[in-house]
Amino acid sequence: MKDLRVYFRIMKGTVKAVDGVSFQLKRGETMGLVGESGCGKTTTAYAITRLLPNNGEIVGGEIRFNNALVGRAHVATEVNEALKRTTWFEEVQAILGSQEAEIAERQKALMEAEARVAAAPEEARGPLIAAVDPIRAQVAARLHEAELIQTLRAVGAAPPSDELKAALQAVVDDDLKGFTAARRRRRMDREIETEINTIRWSQVSMIFQSAMNAFNPVYRVGDQIAEALLTHFPDMTKEQARDRVLQLFSRVGIDQSRVDGYPHEFSGGMRQRSMIAMALACNPQLLIADEPTTALDVIMQDRILAEIRDLQRELNISMIIITHDISVVAEVAEKIGIMYGGKLFEYGNIMEVFDRPANPYTLGLMSAFPSIKGNRKRLRAIPGSPPDLSDPPPGCRFHPRCRFAQEICREKDPPMVEVASGHWSLCHFAKEIYEGTLRES
Amino acid sequence: MAVAESLAPEQAKGDVVYSVENLVKLFPIKAGFLGSLFSPEQYVHAVDGVSFDIREGEILGVVGESGCGKTTTGRLLVRLETPTSGHMFFRGVDIATLRGNELREFRRKVQMIFQDPYESLNPRFTVFATVSEPLLVHGVGETYDEREEMVSRALESAELKPAEEYMYRFPHELSGGQRQRVAIARALVLRPEFVVADEPVSMLDVSIRAGIMNLMLNLRQEYEIPFMFISHDVSVTRYMSHRIAVMYLGVIVELASAEEVIKNPMHPYTEALLSAVPVPDPKAKHGRVEIKGELPSPINVPSGCTFHPRCLYRRDICKEVKPVLREIVPGHWVHCHFAGEIKTRKPDDIPIEEGTCDVCHEYVTAAMPSRVCNCPRIYHAEHAAQLGSCPICKKRF
Repeated sequence: MKDLRVYFRIMKGTVKAVDGVSFQLKRGETMGLVGESGCGKTTTAYAITRLLPNNGEIVGGEIRFNNALVGRAHVATEVNEALKRTTWFEEVQAILGSQEAEIAERQKALMEAEARVAAAPEEARGPLIAAVDPIRAQVAARLHEAELIQTLRAVGAAPPSDELKAALQAVVDDDLKGFTAARRRRRMDREIETEINTIRWSQVSMIFQSAMNAFNPVYRVGDQIAEALLTHFPDMTKEQARDRVLQLFSRVGIDQSRVDGYPHEFSGGMRQRSMIAMALACNPQLLIADEPTTALDVIMQDRILAEIRDLQRELNISMIIITHDISVVAEVAEKIGIMYGGKLFEYGNIMEVFDRPANPYTLGLMSAFPSIKGNRKRLRAIPGSPPDLSDPPPGCRFHPRCRFAQEICREKDPPMVEVASGHWSLCHFAKEIYEGTLRES
Repeated sequence: MAVAESLAPEQAKGDVVYSVENLVKLFPIKAGFLGSLFSPEQYVHAVDGVSFDIREGEILGVVGESGCGKTTTGRLLVRLETPTSGHMFFRGVDIATLRGNELREFRRKVQMIFQDPYESLNPRFTVFATVSEPLLVHGVGETYDEREEMVSRALESAELKPAEEYMYRFPHELSGGQRQRVAIARALVLRPEFVVADEPVSMLDVSIRAGIMNLMLNLRQEYEIPFMFISHDVSVTRYMSHRIAVMYLGVIVELASAEEVIKNPMHPYTEALLSAVPVPDPKAKHGRVEIKGELPSPINVPSGCTFHPRCLYRRDICKEVKPVLREIVPGHWVHCHFAGEIKTRKPDDIPIEEGTCDVCHEYVTAAMPSRVCNCPRIYHAEHAAQLGSCPICKKRF
């Protein structure tokens, strides 16, 4: 297993909760995802673990974990959405290209597996044949999509024009007709289901927002953690599971005698610790912590953050920490992603981003935070309030509140600019802000 | 700019508006019938002997962890709760025992701003109805036009301009920040002489928070109203307040000007609290003073100094004798037997070589023999010898 890669671009229903977010996370890296409420940070996390509510759908992009596809949009949905945008021609080509590659990859895997079966001696074939079946199912699940891609290719082999757009739209509409979003998703999910079920919780786990309510109040905390273990490792005996739970408890700094306690007997900090223990139970490679310290007091927050830092260093797991508090990220993360209105506004190494922010929203956030260090500075509020994501403002989503906004910001979507190596900013004037040469308008 | 001026480290020198002496609030725990027969009555010691003054035009910040009694203190000051004992003199009148018409008259002069603007506004009331209700309750403003005029002025001073645009909206049509502005307008419409703001910004998003804080600073400047600002967030309280009172288990453990508390903490609890505050700067690495254990139950309060079970500097006397709030240097009050004697430090001064031993959880000072590697753990030399090597980086000690 090589670098962990998470890459996705998703869009949810008509509320564009997450709209074109891409990032990569390497093994052992911690990334902080910061943003205000309703900016799509939690939705992003739910998309990775495929816990989106029923009305949520990935309509574009893909999520890869250890190079395995764990989330993506159905071709018809994706093309349908792409056709609504101005750069539709290039986007449709890119979608078809990547999906073809994906399908080809799976067919190749199937052929290789079948070849292995053929090459193996008669008596060793049993397990090999068993391994072929899921791959064959995956290929079969995409037969329909492969056909659709071929049709789209045949239609789309012309230069971009309005007629071509209409023709593509007709093909897509034809396919979408009769399929509700839920059924389409279900059809696709069969393929991804196997993938995600093996990784969810065992490789990707999550610490939820309200640890207070994440535990079932009528079961003992230790038993709840053991249950997660027994589900994912059917071979494990109850005694082994209990030993592991005890080990986890001391790992996160709770006295082992509390293993038989009920959630109401635990303080807030202890419940948060047991939540972390539960998330660590199956030795995950990626841990997503959604507001891990929000409900806690400063002193407990400090302890939990120290705990998270240590665990991360010792177990070398990757982490995504979702929070609204920039200072929490500053304490634990190496990379930072700043989200606003469903888009990633700035992304890069934390030192770099704090030192030289290249986005007006980041600048705004930083001057809105009081600190106990240094002299007391006047805070500068960002005027207005976050956008309504069912009807986001045209052009840059931040322009109504931006003190640098100019004409172009109201009209055109800003590009993602790499201002320095690995430091990205979504702004028309990213370079100027990075260099500090831009004047307020 | 008004806010810029109020940021100058000034000491409010006006007259004392509110003087609180030895205020106590105990909440009885309801026991069943049998329990009440056989066991002594138990109390939650929410506020356990608190004394302070608030001066004209001053913002007094109150910080502490949840359950330390800061909200109860605020509620007592506006007489939403009746104190168990103690005195509260508001402009010379003892409020603790007021009743009837006098209490109603007092309540016109003090107002409270609550934490959650999503719950503190009635969803079926328009903004006008919400803000004008205090006027009706207290019979201020004879005609509708007069009240409308007052409401409109209050809304505009809360920066909801133009007021007509907001006057007939319902809370669900407003954003979180706008709701909190309505709550502020409601508190201001009676021209109060004292306002308690209980965590007014903790439910708001970061970008909106700064706007509300600046608004409150401007209002204080404009109306010269003394505020009590309650928050669990030390950074926010520092920004807002002239003086800060740090509370722990119903007691004020330290009271001094905001900069003095931040830059020269004298109580061990303040020291630990400050070192736990996250700083929005990834380069700011400092040692941490970890305090042991968790907040004790306010039902069975520890004997002597309530902080002694968790204190790094405790001595025998702390277990037995309750300290008093003493003025150590002018204007700096500390609730500790050894205030001024023990050398507490501000976060910047805590070297990485100091901290809490990972084995025995006792404090390791720079002068003690200790072992560190590059990992963020520290051990007493004897405990390091027991371990043999660092459990993190496996380096031999």
